[in-house]
Amino acid sequence: MIKKKEKVASLRSFALVFVIIIIFVAMSFASPVFLTSKNLINIVRQISINGIIAVGMTFVILTGGIDLSVGSVVAITSVICGYLLQNGSNWLVACVVALGIALVFGAFNGFMIAYVGFQPFIATLATVTMGSGIALAFSDGKPFTITNETFLKIGQGYVGPIPIPVILLVIIVAIGLIILKTTTFGRYVFAIGGNKSAAKLSGVRTRRIELMVYMLSSVCAAVVGLILSARISSGQPTAGEGYELDAIAATAIGGTSMSGGLGSLTGTVFGFVILGLMTNSMNLLNINSFYQQIAKGILIILAVFLDMTSKGKKQ
Amino acid sequence: MEDTNYILEAKGLSKAFSGVTVLSDTGVSIKAGELHALMGENGAGKSTLMKIIMGIYTKDAGQIIFNGKEVDFASAREALDAGISMIHQELSPIPEMTVAENVYLGREDRKMKGLPFVDKAEMNKKTQQLLEEYNLAEYIKPNKKMKELNIAQIQMVEIIKAVSYDSKVIIMDEPTSSLSDKETEVLFRIIDNLKKKNVGIVYISHRMEEVFELADRVSILRDGKFIGCVKVSEATPEELINMMVGRDLEGGYPSNTAKKGNVVLELKNFTRAGVFENVNLKVHAGEILGMSGLVGAGRSEVMRALVGYDPLDSGEIYLEGKRIQIKHPKDAISNHIIMASEDRKALGLVLERSIKENIAVQNFNKFSKGGFINHAKEKSLCKEYAEQMTTKMNGIEDAASSLSGGNQQKVVLAKCMLSDPKVLIMDEPTRGIDVGAKAKIYSLMLEMTQRGIAIIMISSEMPELIGMSDRVIVMANGKITGELQGEETKSQQKILKLALGGN
Repeated sequence: MIKKKEKVASLRSFALVFVIIIIFVAMSFASPVFLTSKNLINIVRQISINGIIAVGMTFVILTGGIDLSVGSVVAITSVICGYLLQNGSNWLVACVVALGIALVFGAFNGFMIAYVGFQPFIATLATVTMGSGIALAFSDGKPFTITNETFLKIGQGYVGPIPIPVILLVIIVAIGLIILKTTTFGRYVFAIGGNKSAAKLSGVRTRRIELMVYMLSSVCAAVVGLILSARISSGQPTAGEGYELDAIAATAIGGTSMSGGLGSLTGTVFGFVILGLMTNSMNLLNINSFYQQIAKGILIILAVFLDMTSKGKKQ
Repeated sequence: MEDTNYILEAKGLSKAFSGVTVLSDTGVSIKAGELHALMGENGAGKSTLMKIIMGIYTKDAGQIIFNGKEVDFASAREALDAGISMIHQELSPIPEMTVAENVYLGREDRKMKGLPFVDKAEMNKKTQQLLEEYNLAEYIKPNKKMKELNIAQIQMVEIIKAVSYDSKVIIMDEPTSSLSDKETEVLFRIIDNLKKKNVGIVYISHRMEEVFELADRVSILRDGKFIGCVKVSEATPEELINMMVGRDLEGGYPSNTAKKGNVVLELKNFTRAGVFENVNLKVHAGEILGMSGLVGAGRSEVMRALVGYDPLDSGEIYLEGKRIQIKHPKDAISNHIIMASEDRKALGLVLERSIKENIAVQNFNKFSKGGFINHAKEKSLCKEYAEQMTTKMNGIEDAASSLSGGNQQKVVLAKCMLSDPKVLIMDEPTRGIDVGAKAKIYSLMLEMTQRGIAIIMISSEMPELIGMSDRVIVMANGKITGELQGEETKSQQKILKLALGGN
């Protein structure tokens, strides 16, 4: 019956592609700006922030977990980079240190969840609160101005016509796809989400895999921290607030099961592309951001409802 | 069919799931006050038939007549209200609620009409009355929480719940599959009681002895078709088996002719506080070592600790004479000590993933390098092993959940065999599996011993244990109470005595 499941999956991708086409067609009529290359590049650059976090989030959710702490990882990464660069550090050193600290942060999440036995929701709820506190305390609540030209390119630079954040997004999505589809690690992620006990009895180091998944999520968030700081030329202790929600939304819209074991990264890509298109379209149409939030919520409900009904409870 | 005293009659039922026919023109007729056994191989359509009657699945064609009226239930709740209830193989109580609250779930007594205050005292009283009526008051108290009950007690609560709905027909799907002998007796007493009250019982079972002990009539399904209905008093087990498999089955259990080799695995002083104590055992190459004991004697627990799934307080493991350390199932697998668990759903398979992924997950060393999977090799090896175990499937990419119990078990075995076991631990290898698949699994076991694999078989089915084992170790209360060899292994009395803890 997986054939049916595949059919459902392709039906869902089809529906998501259809939504994207509709947005494109409708917007090309509704706004003269929409189809300009400037706007399109703007869209993909905006998408890259949520997209990169959503890649890590998809891994976490596939194992049956959740990572609420990504926003504070963005903030910590941002202030650490800001501090180091303001004190004359090399840009590469700043990046490496920031990523390293994110790894430690993710490892702490993973340790609490996989080894101590905290529920992922609670563990990462605690660390998101702690994390934003750490970022504020470290910076004394004030932003650091960044002037290092090379570093700023991470957020503002281009390779040819393509913004560097978009290139980073493409690379991270590609790595994610390769891991999920072609490595044993990817299979273990699905197996743990589907049935952790069976995976363990089959010799899967379930704890280690879970730990690594949370580290991966933190690293994705840290990359976003770098991009964001470079884009706004400052290390912001309040950066990244609420980013976890958009990433979870993209994953859910993409059809990944919140209980783990089923889903795909391709779905998540559709999820964050649609969310990005929607935001941009509504901005162009001058729709008040209050209503934008309502629309986003409705989109999540519709996508998940479609998923539930197409899978079908009663046969 | 002019006989009008059927309480429940299903005629011409057909059902297909995504194009695959699982029932065609099948029916069953139940009289009030009879125990009607329903038998057939796994995948024969027994559960599907019952789920259609209960309104859990919709039928494609056919007619269901209950109490003289045609019915078509939209949900199990409707069937329940009308007077048909089903006790599923996998029970799903709410562990934090009491017995009485579970029995009256969704229709609680109120202290005052229209107000949401639950009258616990009244519910407890009514539950107590029911328990007394069925002589269960000594086993179960209405105010106990479900999580404090064992599986047998939970099942009894389910039956009480069915009775409390005034059910005219109760469907029991393999009710004894997880009960010990003593608990089974209690269940049989309840069944007698129900029959006296003129309740019709549909009893799905694979256990021939039970059917002959309990049933009045038996209906046989095969490949989704109704094969026949016979009076048990006029039938023999061989006839029923022939009807089920559609061919003659070689009688009895095959004997293990494999040459016994050296000791492959030895456990010394295995202890886990409060669970098992000082367990010592050896198993030889080519040997089938049976492990007997009552449910809860600690057999599975010893084996789970051996393979590193459960913790172990103290004890030593010797593989082919060399001491080894097992801290995690991974270590057991790399030492070729492989366990096929009794609980396919909880420990055996990741049901929502494909057959291929399930077989592969334990065996990536065979077809991956540096963490990257060789997809072609993976597919061909998994397919080869699944086919070797004669798994009935549409394709290797099918979800494991789409298979019947017997075929799921074959996938578990395929996974284990691909790991090249030196020692294979089979915990209840044929639980919930039909006759045909059972015979196949026995012959697979003998092929394994011919290749020098040592098998440790935990079994609660006496005929299987006696029929298949070269040697039997019996456990009671976490300790080994005896070991039987040669002709002794054939003595059910001796095994039982040891299992009860005596000498």
